[in-house]
Amino acid sequence: MRTERPGWGTYALLALFAAVSLFPLVWTAVAASRTSTRLAATPPPFRFGRNLPRNLEIAWTDARLGEALANTALVAGAVAAGTVLFSTLAGFAFARLRFRFRGTLLLVVAGTMLIPPQLGVVPLYLLIARLRWTDELQAVILPSLVSAFGVFFMLQHLTRALPYEVLEAARMDGAGTVRTVWHVVLPAARPAMAVLGMLSFVAAWNDFFWPVLALTQTGNPTVQVALTGLGRGSVPDQSVVMAGALLGTLPLLLVLALFGRHIVGGVMRGAVKG
Amino acid sequence: MTETRTPPEPPERPEPDGRPEPPERPEPDGRPERPDPDGRTEQSGRSEPSTAGPGAAGPRNGPRTGAGTGADTRARGARSPRRGRHSHRHRSRHRSRHPRRTPVGSRWAPYALVAPFFLFFGAFGIFPLLATAWTSLHRVELTAPAEQEWVGLHNYARLLDDTFFWNALGNTVVIGVLSTVPQLLLALGVAHLLDVRLRGRGFFRVVALAPYATSVAAATLVFALFFGRDHGMANWALGTVGIDPVDWQNGPWASKFAVSSIVIWRWTGYNALIYLAAMQTIPRELYEAAALDGASRWRQFLHVTLPGLWPAVLFTVLVSTIGATQLFGEPLLFASGAGASGGADHQFQTLGLYLYEQGWVNLHLGRAAAIAWAMLLILVVAFGAVRLLRGGLARREQAS
Repeated sequence: MRTERPGWGTYALLALFAAVSLFPLVWTAVAASRTSTRLAATPPPFRFGRNLPRNLEIAWTDARLGEALANTALVAGAVAAGTVLFSTLAGFAFARLRFRFRGTLLLVVAGTMLIPPQLGVVPLYLLIARLRWTDELQAVILPSLVSAFGVFFMLQHLTRALPYEVLEAARMDGAGTVRTVWHVVLPAARPAMAVLGMLSFVAAWNDFFWPVLALTQTGNPTVQVALTGLGRGSVPDQSVVMAGALLGTLPLLLVLALFGRHIVGGVMRGAVKG
Repeated sequence: MTETRTPPEPPERPEPDGRPEPPERPEPDGRPERPDPDGRTEQSGRSEPSTAGPGAAGPRNGPRTGAGTGADTRARGARSPRRGRHSHRHRSRHRSRHPRRTPVGSRWAPYALVAPFFLFFGAFGIFPLLATAWTSLHRVELTAPAEQEWVGLHNYARLLDDTFFWNALGNTVVIGVLSTVPQLLLALGVAHLLDVRLRGRGFFRVVALAPYATSVAAATLVFALFFGRDHGMANWALGTVGIDPVDWQNGPWASKFAVSSIVIWRWTGYNALIYLAAMQTIPRELYEAAALDGASRWRQFLHVTLPGLWPAVLFTVLVSTIGATQLFGEPLLFASGAGASGGADHQFQTLGLYLYEQGWVNLHLGRAAAIAWAMLLILVVAFGAVRLLRGGLARREQAS
């Protein structure tokens, strides 16, 4: 961090950046409170209208966003919980245990991180189709449970936060694997687990490509799938489309408002330290 | 998940005798020391050599899913120097390299711990990746996914003959450059602004992530309205300064620019935070020394900040490139109604969208698999170029 006192120019530029970052979100709410005729007029509206309740209601029922929000909460919650659990266990093993094939397995995990998910999408779809899971929520939950990023994130954290001495002390006390994990590893991993959980939740909530393939708007949509339907004109009223976008975004903005500091910390900690 | 009970007191244990005290003793009750809570990055210039970890790119499964491994982002042998401020808890930096006994009892314990992850990883991660090659050599229709007919390299041959493939490839490259370059430059500027003693530091950082928390779908729907031809805000704003309206949907360049702007809006803040984290590991003394030597702000940025950022820059380039290759949601939803064709004239159909159109609109899954392989190949080529560039730069540095 540089120590110079920022001048007003710095604040002005940052205020501009904040305004540009927030404007589309605020304007979504403005557009959602208007009518489609008003949106199709010039100049575009900048102030709130009175149509928000009506538009939200139409989006909630006609575009099935109510159902989609419940589905998405379930999917994102399950993905976050599963990712955190698996990543912590595997991350601990890689960080602190010696076993055969450790290096090989780690390399395999690392290698897949660079491969775009699109590459596996066709066989994955065939697999899901064969299991008769198309349009079922497990089709989007299960493939998302494996996060190579999560494993590395926990590995990095536990390498710092879990001294060998503590593990050896636990072993001398006669704690088995299960007790060691429960009483020693999990408490040490907790801060990183919380951050990873939040990042996974946000990612699963916004996941787009695979849900659009695996789910349909008429069957069992997540928010992103429902919004895709809106965007393709399932409801021609633009103000309702904006109400849907607002509904789909608000929960995450709420999460960001509550836990923003931790999410920021997570993003910054993932950064590479030279 | 994360329960809040404190672990119960383990029974008394004898001091391990005969071993020299480690520089940092665990608490006597054998509990691990609490790591720093997050978000204290302001003054903690922790600079352990990180296990060149996976970079930020949160655990996303969409574009930019936890990409980036240290392999590509490790600093060239340089370790960030320690900062002046010592944290009062001196971290033990020595990690004994001599093989210890596994601290957990059973030989099979490690495998049990990694098994759940690898079970899913094998079924939903590795297997599809390998099976793509097999599928791409067959004719498989979405309507009858169980029937596969061997066609050899036919899918690939068709691809090379398809003008839409080349069109999508060109669009992907153009939109990739149009979105990645401004995004990273802007992020660099924003990070530099944030890297001083600001009031409201936390606020600006959270705001920077608001676009990242907005889904592709929601963001694109709003931007599609902004860029409406007749009543969109963009054209209205241009009109107020006397510029003719632009056809953002159909103009070959205008539409690419519009799609890119969605990407830029969503990712600038995120990348700025990554740069900021890297900037904060740069010791203040370097700036002070540079200032004493009479270096201007600009020269300080050039000769102190940028070299310290190099690994982070490489990392973001890598992740943004992967993200650009996979661009899908933005072009799909930007063409309201036009769907998977990416505009009336395919003018902003990307490779990701082309894959989707072939597989899920035209129902040719075998061909979609071939496109997926082509995408990987393009990425490999792109990374090869980056590596060459790095090698070239490294050599230049040694020469100078």
